[in-house]
Amino acid sequence: MSATQAALPPQRNLAGAGTGGGDRPVDRRRGSTLLRHLAFALAAALLLLGVSYAVEPFRNFQLATVAAYLCATAGLTVLTGLNGQLSLGHGALMATGAYTVALCQNAFADRGMTGGWLLPLSLGAAVLSTVAVGAVVGVAAARLRGPYLAGVTLAVAVVVPALAVTFDGVFNGEQGLSVPVEPPPMSLGPYFPYERWQLWLAGAATLLALLLLANLIRSRYGRTFRAVRDDEVAARLAGIHVARTQVLAFVVSAATAGLGGALLAVLAQSVSPGAFSLTLSLFLLMAVVIGGLGRLAGALWGAVLLVALPDLTHSATELLTLSPAVAQRLEGNLPLAIFGVTLIVVMIAAPGGVQGLLSRLGRALLARWSARRS
Amino acid sequence: MDRFVFLTIDGLSRGAVYAAFALALVLIWRAARVVNFAQGAMAVAAAYVAYSVSASTGSYWLGFLVAILAGLVLGALVDRAVMRFVDHASPLNPVIVALGLVLLIQAVLGMVYGSEFRPADAPFSRSALTVGGVAVLSPYDLFVFAAIGAVVVGLAWLFARTAVGLRMRAAAFAPEISRLLGVNVGGMLTLGWALASGVGALAAMLVIPTELGLHPHAMDLVFVSAFTAAVVGGLDSPPGAVVGGLVVGLLLSYVSGYAGSDLTPLAVLVLLLAVLLVRPGGLFAPVTARRV
Repeated sequence: MSATQAALPPQRNLAGAGTGGGDRPVDRRRGSTLLRHLAFALAAALLLLGVSYAVEPFRNFQLATVAAYLCATAGLTVLTGLNGQLSLGHGALMATGAYTVALCQNAFADRGMTGGWLLPLSLGAAVLSTVAVGAVVGVAAARLRGPYLAGVTLAVAVVVPALAVTFDGVFNGEQGLSVPVEPPPMSLGPYFPYERWQLWLAGAATLLALLLLANLIRSRYGRTFRAVRDDEVAARLAGIHVARTQVLAFVVSAATAGLGGALLAVLAQSVSPGAFSLTLSLFLLMAVVIGGLGRLAGALWGAVLLVALPDLTHSATELLTLSPAVAQRLEGNLPLAIFGVTLIVVMIAAPGGVQGLLSRLGRALLARWSARRS
Repeated sequence: MDRFVFLTIDGLSRGAVYAAFALALVLIWRAARVVNFAQGAMAVAAAYVAYSVSASTGSYWLGFLVAILAGLVLGALVDRAVMRFVDHASPLNPVIVALGLVLLIQAVLGMVYGSEFRPADAPFSRSALTVGGVAVLSPYDLFVFAAIGAVVVGLAWLFARTAVGLRMRAAAFAPEISRLLGVNVGGMLTLGWALASGVGALAAMLVIPTELGLHPHAMDLVFVSAFTAAVVGGLDSPPGAVVGGLVVGLLLSYVSGYAGSDLTPLAVLVLLLAVLLVRPGGLFAPVTARRV
């Protein structure tokens, strides 16, 4: 049985261009894919810049967190949605990136080194270390199918936080490490809000990652990813090296997960095993499924949900008058319950996720509009 | 030598629990081609029900009984209310839905009972009896062996000797033909889920007193170990699940005894990867040709 025949119902990508869409011959007429993606990224960067000045610091921080999660969910979308490999271990990969950035930043701080180039260097190191880990897991993953792959990555998700406790000489056990991050450069003025600086950092890194991913998806490699997902036998007959493709997809998605984890560590200025539990891995999976598997835009919806839902339930529990103990229990667990129910309902009722629903809605409106015009 | 004997017995006792849990995974896999990733969470839910009953009535055994009943009901419920509606065209879909169940069940347990560890009592002493100066079995180990042995024998009898067992096997292997012959295939599937979940609940009741206690995440690592056990034996083979469980139990016991208990999760991962990379079908699977 070739178990991974299709990740999920094969999705017809009718959503906007640059969101991991299909290979339409029409695109050739619209010029270079890279230029179009660059224009998208530039527009997004300008929008983010404007938003960073318009909203209060806390919202800036939240948006920065969305950006960090988006890195990881976008990578997972490529892996699960486009290549059909299910990973429950992306929380562990995020932890790898986060711990690398913490160790690097601490090493720099201990040596008294300063400078704006240190953080990008640490982030790069985080990506490299996750690429290494991702390659190891990916080689194993390429030989495994469906539930077996899920089981192995589940084991990875459970084991990696335990490792941080085992080797507590390096990782400082349950307490974790602090991540020293330099303040925004003085050239931005003495009263530049720190949260805005965080949004700029996370936003820039994420946009770069998304730009690379979007191009990868539209390239030859993206097509081989989808071919392997849809039918391994056909892909092999067409001359695609299936295992190599699967390892590549795993490595790419590991790199972005590592970057996402590193950004989270930089934002929180600390890292601990508790922040990268199995639940985080399940959250990431849930985010990409709810957002819509196979589209980068879906990853954005998922990342927004990950940040917004706990915040919303917090506000909701504050509105109700509850005893502090009950409120505390609800606050931690209500988002989990909502996530769980949503995951089940979406899988059963709308496997295309939010983005699938939106594009279906858009198509319906478009059809009605064009019917009225004719 | 004493230490080796002690670790072996301890490993077999743990392994028996993993075997039962792996058996539950194999039951559902054979019936529905689904690896039930929610099994750990479902078993913990049953254990919490037992905790409530025991706490209010003061009777451990009533709680024990209720846990198994709760497991049976929960399994049937999960099949009837959720899994039945999942599109099984891709093997990923049921896995993702099961993970949604994990989040939901653990969240509900956390809301109702809080997420602190609750002490769980063992019905028998866990201190080992000595035979000729060597610590061997504790009464609790004996109880574990007896309970799991009864379940294994009971299931074997059910599948090999009864009409219901025959129908269940038929429904799992050839659903269309069974339906034509008048077998209630959907009902057999629900029965399979209920049985598996009941066995899982029993395993949880046996393992939780030997761990830190009752907690919404208490079975996470046990699930990983049991999944490994099921994979070692081959997901299709019930005897394989039992042997796999004992192998994993022994391995974990030796690793934690000789190398430190912190390394047991890593040992499970290494074993799982080694088995999957060398014999993906498990040690007990017949060698079959695989497409691609």
